[in-house]
Amino acid sequence: MTTPGGAVSAGAPLVGRGKRRWSRLAMREARDGYLFVAPWLLGFALFTAGPMLASAVLALMRYNLFSPPVWVGLANIKKLVSDDIVWLSLWNTAYYTFLSVPLRLIASLVLALLCVQKIRFTAWFRTFFYLPSVTPAVAMAIVWFWILNPDVGLANTVLRAIGLPPSKWIWDPKTSKSTFVLMQMWTAGGNTMVIFLAGLQNIPQSLYEAAQIDGASGWAQFKNVTVPMLSPVILFNLVMGIIGSFQVFTGAFLMTAGGPANSTLFSVLYMYRLAFEQFEMGYASAFAWLLFLVILVFTLLQLRMSESWVYYEGG
Amino acid sequence: MATLSRLPRSAQATAAHGGQHPPASYYIKRALLYLGMISLSIVFMVPMAWMLSTSLKLQGQVFAHPPIWIPRPIMWYNYVEVLTVAPILRWLGNTCVVTVAATLGTIISASMVGFGFARLRFPGRGALFALLLATMMLPHIVTQIPTFIMFKYLNWHDTFLPLIVPSFFGGGAYNIFLVRQFYLTIPTDFDDAARIDGANNWMIWARIMLPLNAPVLTAVAIFSFVGHWNEFMGPLIYLFSEDKKTLALGLRAFVDPFLASYHLNMAGAMYLTLPMVIIFFFGQRYFLRGVVMTGITGR
Repeated sequence: MTTPGGAVSAGAPLVGRGKRRWSRLAMREARDGYLFVAPWLLGFALFTAGPMLASAVLALMRYNLFSPPVWVGLANIKKLVSDDIVWLSLWNTAYYTFLSVPLRLIASLVLALLCVQKIRFTAWFRTFFYLPSVTPAVAMAIVWFWILNPDVGLANTVLRAIGLPPSKWIWDPKTSKSTFVLMQMWTAGGNTMVIFLAGLQNIPQSLYEAAQIDGASGWAQFKNVTVPMLSPVILFNLVMGIIGSFQVFTGAFLMTAGGPANSTLFSVLYMYRLAFEQFEMGYASAFAWLLFLVILVFTLLQLRMSESWVYYEGG
Repeated sequence: MATLSRLPRSAQATAAHGGQHPPASYYIKRALLYLGMISLSIVFMVPMAWMLSTSLKLQGQVFAHPPIWIPRPIMWYNYVEVLTVAPILRWLGNTCVVTVAATLGTIISASMVGFGFARLRFPGRGALFALLLATMMLPHIVTQIPTFIMFKYLNWHDTFLPLIVPSFFGGGAYNIFLVRQFYLTIPTDFDDAARIDGANNWMIWARIMLPLNAPVLTAVAIFSFVGHWNEFMGPLIYLFSEDKKTLALGLRAFVDPFLASYHLNMAGAMYLTLPMVIIFFFGQRYFLRGVVMTGITGR
């Protein structure tokens, strides 16, 4: 794969033609290939690789957008380590992530399994489960704000009606994070479900038939056919779920502004404040990198651990 | 899988359809299944139903005890009144401009890049594609601050450009991946035939592949449309003036019930939500097929 000519002649169907003509064709194909992927390559340089590099450099500077940046070396990193709010926000985020991701995965897998049952109206059920996922976060925040209202909200009305004590939901540091976990089941559960649905539909029916002939019960089929065959999709949802949850922002920004008592001050919310309210671009960049590294470690850990439980059909 | 033994076809048939009616437990299971599905559907639809219901209430009914689900009279006028509280229509227009432009960019560039990765051979293709997939796992927060500074130097702050232009550069790794997977399912005979007729790669892409790709591009268009329509953080960072705001950003003030009142807030939220619901109902088929097509399942 080093020369354009070599890339094509490997497995090329038109070997009969002259060598010179061949490589010219291949050259043109390679040139067009680069041109076709050029938008992404440019975008990668301009909006991903470049900014990442710039962010790493900024992390070593003090810069407030208005006066020129000043080199401060490791000062931002030292400040990060001693900033209690940084660690509090990381703790809040980790708490939210490790509660919400497993719960959402289990719930949406159950939903997906229900949707592939041979019953009528599955298209409708699927729609109902999925609809909250396309609803704008702001609209959702407006409704939830009202549903959760401790005095007149629907949630406490229901709790009182069934004889349970009312809750202060997002307005109590003890329940605020769990309430966000609950809300994200609505808004993100459908997305995860659809991906599971796709995975379930790709499992060959013959495997289930074979298991049935062996007398496998429903649970045994689930454990020995569905889960192994679905494990790559579970991994995908797990990894994407963790990456997404670590960047939770909009709900907390809109509804609690990080309160009460900083109990919903998630990391991206804190980063937003540092960067776009206090204009501490350097310090915020250092924090963004810290968060990036935390996410990276968890992602790599997941991928490493997955080797023992993910089943790939081909490999 | 090695543990699964195989029986002759005939035995399988007898096991599957015994020829009698299903036992009573079968019907009980079905009833429970339907009951479960219906109650879950209700649980999932409550926030939206509440939004719709409250948006049509008289102010006095909003706090009624027990809660009123079907407002009487139905106050369609709330949807007019809310327009006097905030420049909803202006914001809606801005959202449309941003969303349509960004979606256009996504479709064009994702289908181009997808074609390059699926159909053309060039050195480094495998490595670049792996890089593309890796960026799917990249949290965007690391790039946010330098990008913000870059757009400031371009004087793009308080314009729609930061929300639109990046879409023209590939349209996101996920969409490229989706399109590429779809191209791979189209037989190369089409390309070969066109090439024999003297078409170059650009003509093959524009005249043959784009039309054949309509289903996946519809899925990408819907994903992108929903994504940009709902986007909050981008507009929050880049748009400052009141008349430049997108609807999602403008409605931020509505989370706080002091600005308007609950019934009007919900009417405002409905302006943002309803287009998504409509798009989802009509595009649902493509939406779900799009996810199936990614083939994340196989590998």
